[in-house]
Amino acid sequence: MTIELSDRVNAVPPSGIRRFFEIAEERDDVISLGVGEPDFSTPWAARDAAIASLEQGKTSYTANRGKRELREAIADYAADRFDLGYDPDEEIIVTAGASEAVDLAFRALVDPGDTVAIAQPSYISYEPGVVFAGGEVLPVPTREEDEFRLTVETLEAAGASEADLLVLCYPNNPTGAIMRESDLEPVAEFAREHDLTVLSDEIYAELTYEVDGSDTSSGGTHTSIATLPGMRERTVVFNGFSKAHAMTGLRLGYALAPADVVGAMNRIHQYTMLSAPTTAQYAALEALESCDDEVKKMVDQYDRRRRFVLSRFREIGMDVFEAKGAFYCFPEVPEGWTAEEFAEAILREQGVAVVPGDVFGDGGEGHLRVSYATGLEELREALGRIEAFLEERD
Amino acid sequence: MSERDVLESLRENARYSTADIARMTDLEESEVEAVIEELEAAGVVRGYQAVVDWDKLEDERVRAEVELNVRLDRETGYGDIAERLVQFPEVTALRLVSGDYDFDMEVEGDSIREVSQFISEKVAPVPEITQTVTHYVMTSYKENGIELGDGEEDDRLSYSP
Repeated sequence: MTIELSDRVNAVPPSGIRRFFEIAEERDDVISLGVGEPDFSTPWAARDAAIASLEQGKTSYTANRGKRELREAIADYAADRFDLGYDPDEEIIVTAGASEAVDLAFRALVDPGDTVAIAQPSYISYEPGVVFAGGEVLPVPTREEDEFRLTVETLEAAGASEADLLVLCYPNNPTGAIMRESDLEPVAEFAREHDLTVLSDEIYAELTYEVDGSDTSSGGTHTSIATLPGMRERTVVFNGFSKAHAMTGLRLGYALAPADVVGAMNRIHQYTMLSAPTTAQYAALEALESCDDEVKKMVDQYDRRRRFVLSRFREIGMDVFEAKGAFYCFPEVPEGWTAEEFAEAILREQGVAVVPGDVFGDGGEGHLRVSYATGLEELREALGRIEAFLEERD
Repeated sequence: MSERDVLESLRENARYSTADIARMTDLEESEVEAVIEELEAAGVVRGYQAVVDWDKLEDERVRAEVELNVRLDRETGYGDIAERLVQFPEVTALRLVSGDYDFDMEVEGDSIREVSQFISEKVAPVPEITQTVTHYVMTSYKENGIELGDGEEDDRLSYSP
């Protein structure tokens, strides 16, 4: 006999990059630009705090919503850094990665038949999350000519005015696009006008390199849509420690939202997760208290690599838009190729791993997600190999 | 800020080509060359050296950290003593420091005997120097910000979302 799987699970196909994994396994000289996590280790002070907490035997559950001290530190950080004011008791929940927070929000806010508009290309978990929650996905493709920013025009064209929720991720995975305050304003107006709840995944907020043509030194500041007038009450903001603090494996994120939403998310969280990993919470607290300089160093490093990679793609004749956030750029594949064919060919022939853009939904076809969360030597070598690949075909 | 960006790139790896630095800083290659020339002319950048892990080489290299205490008088300041000590090729670094002693001096030689002789015959007799304490380096774990361990494998999955 076979055990019958649920329709919900059957409705979600397995991840599109699994096949690439297997090809990559066949070579031992693969340089991976397919990685969605930092190449840095967690700052030592944060690791040390985690170790110390273990030594002291701090291994029990914490409050469902996370240690109060950590929620306070998150509240201070969000207020100082992004002008986001949230009450640590009522409006913040600490989760096992921002991914858990996103899932909780879908389950807390989506009823069967509800429509969730998702700006795409985007991180691959939103769509399955909506399906698992019983909702309908409405893809809203963004366009390269808009630098992959979400516009009212594309929202209207996709029919998002009828949607119940809108999911955004800026700085964006996979494109590296950012949205400035002036880009967010019309989207906020659209959300207010059509009564949309906004789920804003801001996990890459710290990795914002340039806003409005700032000079060559890095240091653009991310704007959260929740800070725009009338948006706080209809927005859930997600953030976490994976990207800026290089803590992916420690699994720690959080959501900021009005009290009733956080309360609802917590109702699911308390029955499913109980509390986010305690050791990771100690690491996160230290990360917020003492690791600003290290974050800055990593951000500067990513920014130098970003400029390098963008320049190299242009030199070898591949079009790439000026990505200004996260640690990705999103070059176009040459004419005559699909993203998948090109990604497979450079992996098989040159041992360079990148993710084909169509994996990330509508608007991603014809592009590659190239991660520069890798050392400069590897980046130089990888770009050289792609250049050789193109030259062989000239 | 471009000067600072170029400097940071060089500090990270002095062998980056000017073309690569130009790519990283959004400058023209000729501008990068000009900035580097300025940094060198102004004495900001004093040189470029390899960071060597001597344990990986056959030939022995003996290094020592030497604490020096000195006595000053009306005619002799720290700078005067330092000026004499830096002349010795054996001295690879010399810094005035706070705390229990005055100078922190790094010395290199081919053997313990050579280094010891240098300290006892060349350094200790300097009249202003009242005391030397020599610490031979046994193992080095980090030099100029570079860890000398075996390095960690990148254990990340080749693809992740």
